[in-house]
Amino acid sequence: MDDMNSHPQDPARNGVAHLTRRGALIGGGALVIGFNLLAPARAQAARGAAAGPPDYHAVDTWIAIHANNTATIYTGKCELGQGNQTGLLQVAAEELEMSMAQVSTIRLDTNITPDQQATSSSSSIHRGAPALRAAAAQARQELLARAGARLGVQAFSLEVRDGIVSVRGENGFRKVTYGELLGDKPFNLQYEGTAPVKSPDRYRLVGQRPPRVDMPEKAAGKYTHMQHLRIPGMLHGRVVLPRGQRGFGVGAKPLSVDESSIAHIMGAKVIRKGDFVGVVAEREWDAVKAARDLAVVWKKGPSLGTNETVFERLRKDKSVDTQIASKGDAAGMMQKAAFVRGAAYRCPYQSHAPFAPNCALADPTGDQLTIKSSTQDVYSSRKQVADILGIPETKIRLQYFEGSGTFGRSCYEDATQAAAIMATATGKPVRVQYMRWDELGWDNYGPAHLAEVRAGVDELGNIIAYEYDGWQHGWTITSTVSDSALAKPGAERAGGSGSITVNPISTGSMYKIANRRVTSHAAPMANYLRGAALRSPLDLSFAFASEQTMDELAAALKMDPLEFRRRNIGDERWLGVLEAAAKAANWQPKVMGSQLSNSEIVAGRGIALGTHHVSYGAAVAEIEVNRKTGVIVARRLYGAMDCGLAVNPALVENQMIGQMTQSTSRVLKEEVTFDDNGVTSLDWNSYPVLRFAEHPEIIPVVVQRLEEPSTGAGEEVMGATAAAIANAFFDATGARMRQFPMTPERVLKTLEGQRT
Amino acid sequence: MAINIKVNGRDWPVSADPDTPLLYVLMNELELKGPRFGCGLAQCGSCSVLADGVEIRSCQTVVSDVGARAITTLEGLPELYAKQKGLATVPAMHPLSQAFVDEQAMHCGYCYNGQTVKAAELLAKTPHPTEAQIRAHMDGHICRCGSYPRIMKSIQTAAAAIVKEG
Repeated sequence: MDDMNSHPQDPARNGVAHLTRRGALIGGGALVIGFNLLAPARAQAARGAAAGPPDYHAVDTWIAIHANNTATIYTGKCELGQGNQTGLLQVAAEELEMSMAQVSTIRLDTNITPDQQATSSSSSIHRGAPALRAAAAQARQELLARAGARLGVQAFSLEVRDGIVSVRGENGFRKVTYGELLGDKPFNLQYEGTAPVKSPDRYRLVGQRPPRVDMPEKAAGKYTHMQHLRIPGMLHGRVVLPRGQRGFGVGAKPLSVDESSIAHIMGAKVIRKGDFVGVVAEREWDAVKAARDLAVVWKKGPSLGTNETVFERLRKDKSVDTQIASKGDAAGMMQKAAFVRGAAYRCPYQSHAPFAPNCALADPTGDQLTIKSSTQDVYSSRKQVADILGIPETKIRLQYFEGSGTFGRSCYEDATQAAAIMATATGKPVRVQYMRWDELGWDNYGPAHLAEVRAGVDELGNIIAYEYDGWQHGWTITSTVSDSALAKPGAERAGGSGSITVNPISTGSMYKIANRRVTSHAAPMANYLRGAALRSPLDLSFAFASEQTMDELAAALKMDPLEFRRRNIGDERWLGVLEAAAKAANWQPKVMGSQLSNSEIVAGRGIALGTHHVSYGAAVAEIEVNRKTGVIVARRLYGAMDCGLAVNPALVENQMIGQMTQSTSRVLKEEVTFDDNGVTSLDWNSYPVLRFAEHPEIIPVVVQRLEEPSTGAGEEVMGATAAAIANAFFDATGARMRQFPMTPERVLKTLEGQRT
Repeated sequence: MAINIKVNGRDWPVSADPDTPLLYVLMNELELKGPRFGCGLAQCGSCSVLADGVEIRSCQTVVSDVGARAITTLEGLPELYAKQKGLATVPAMHPLSQAFVDEQAMHCGYCYNGQTVKAAELLAKTPHPTEAQIRAHMDGHICRCGSYPRIMKSIQTAAAAIVKEG
């Protein structure tokens, strides 16, 4: 291949300087990571000229080498505050033999970045990194071949450090940089995926703890969150929705809209498309007031029930039943067990509740409708907008900007679609931001779950039978805004309600159980609340039910719960996290609930396992329960996670701190409440989350396994944490909580029930 | 009625209506990135600024009520700090912001406007806060990502750095 041949899209030939955020910030004197950003900016202008996705099988899609010996890495996974850009840069820099200071990423953009699907299920490193690693390895191979030709030696006699290729043993006498070899020209190479990748024992960067690249700007208040973006001539938009959703399928259907009700607000205008209602105004506060004051009569739906009666309804509704695990004869062996323990567990609807309501900005004034939003999947988002507007996807450019932590499908698609609809209707750029009550009231909630668990042990403490029946409904694949705009009822995830099932990993799979049955009972979502993936979907519920059952068996045997789990665990990696958490906590053998106190404030310790998909999580919780007020305080949490090769253990530790704090919040405080008039938890008072004064001390332990493939690290210690807190409650009080959140009211009721 | 407000040491004429919350003026007229919308209900602390050194919620403070109070936003904290400490030069970052980076505290970072402003209010008055004092003082500031443990640690780190600096 002739590397001097100019590619038709040779970025070096493109004179149009398209300033990226980072480029623009140079002028603003902001902190900038990396250097010489104008070359990458030029390269991106060429790349951004046409609608993507770019060819997944071209090395140029993933990596650009610049004349100043830096590289831009194009990933298809977005920064959500989890630090994945730092981790992915480590992977790329490792294979390229460059330093962290020489590499940077750009934001996701459907005209530029590859389609790696949604940034969800903790997949950035697990499923996002392998393609990038392979592309970088191939890029290095190519650069070494070119260096060999330039320096007149065989590639195998070369070594490379910080993007400088030199002849081994010559002390840098003959050398050439990547930038000199390729500077801003394309590789023009098909991605083969066969170039040898580095073996873990040669890693310099992977496994190390470089600091997060996004933090200096975030700390200084110079980072551009989605909510910060403004463009000249834009309007401010707000959606108009009833306060709190009713049942799925009812949607937000206006029977009448009185536009005269906002005539007093200067420049405010109503935008309608199908059943969608929004308002725009030149000034933001006017848009807020217009959305507040617009008189709309909404269609009411059938009775929704309440957050307390939903479990009885789930239990009775016709469901799609699926055998998730079926091994041996669980029902039969239960008869032969020395002890059988079991109960029903009730687990609430919970909200993503992002700290900042979602926001999006759509600009219809160019060749493409350009939308900036915080979607977790730019390509899917682009398609959804195309369907609503009835235009080709290539007429839309979706650019990702980080909002506040979203933890799954909060209202980011709604904001994206609302901005697109209102920008198209007005012909002007429109910035839409959800209000707090819109975000909490029209979220796609983590669904409620009812579990009935039974398990039996023999006299030696071996689990011989396990049965788990779980009831929940499915997830939406549409959003409220698209349902409204298309005046169509929302759709459930492909495969229907039965596609959302009980997770077999979280329900007893970590133990050697010869006779195990797990059955999922999935109800259609009609007239329940909108459901969708909420961080570690339903895993808190599964662990809360299953791991309390395990503890009850240990207590029946008068056995230490750590010892009981050791005895029954069937996998060394599960055992590894269990031991790591126990060691961090300096666990002392104890029969749970065997040292009860009559004090007003009693303390307890609990241990549990849990995960989401493929990693391994364990936790120990130390809590206090005020028996008079019912208030639980989580004092200290110890967590252990094995996610295979932890590319950056510091990122994993930070993720674990977030997971364990959030899990404490969810198991102690969070519940979407509703009555027949719809959802009533619409602000931080009615949807309380863990507050600063209530936060536990957290000790995260990463069980590093350099030789194992990397798996997810953004969710996998949440279930264990929730269950460890529940088990600690029993240790402190001798009573079992069968429902969460474990609010003071429920605690007092449980303790009262214990006395009678 | 012309309204003027004093923000980060400068006087700004305001064109918004008097009933507009201060937050919208700071974001849309002054184009500041520090104060930001979270709930609009004074429940979360996202929009916090200092008014004469006292933390207030700009989403629930109408601009006509600001009066002569000197508003300091996240952007103005380094300068305010230099003034409080009698430093000859303004540091690039307030010691709290530096501590958040040093402790690798944040996730999405969105709530850190409020966390920084509120903690700066504390350290200006209480250079050696106890853990209990920090917990009580910071309780009105939500972090949905759950980074509280490292915010706590960062405040302690910053307090130590400030004391050392004199």
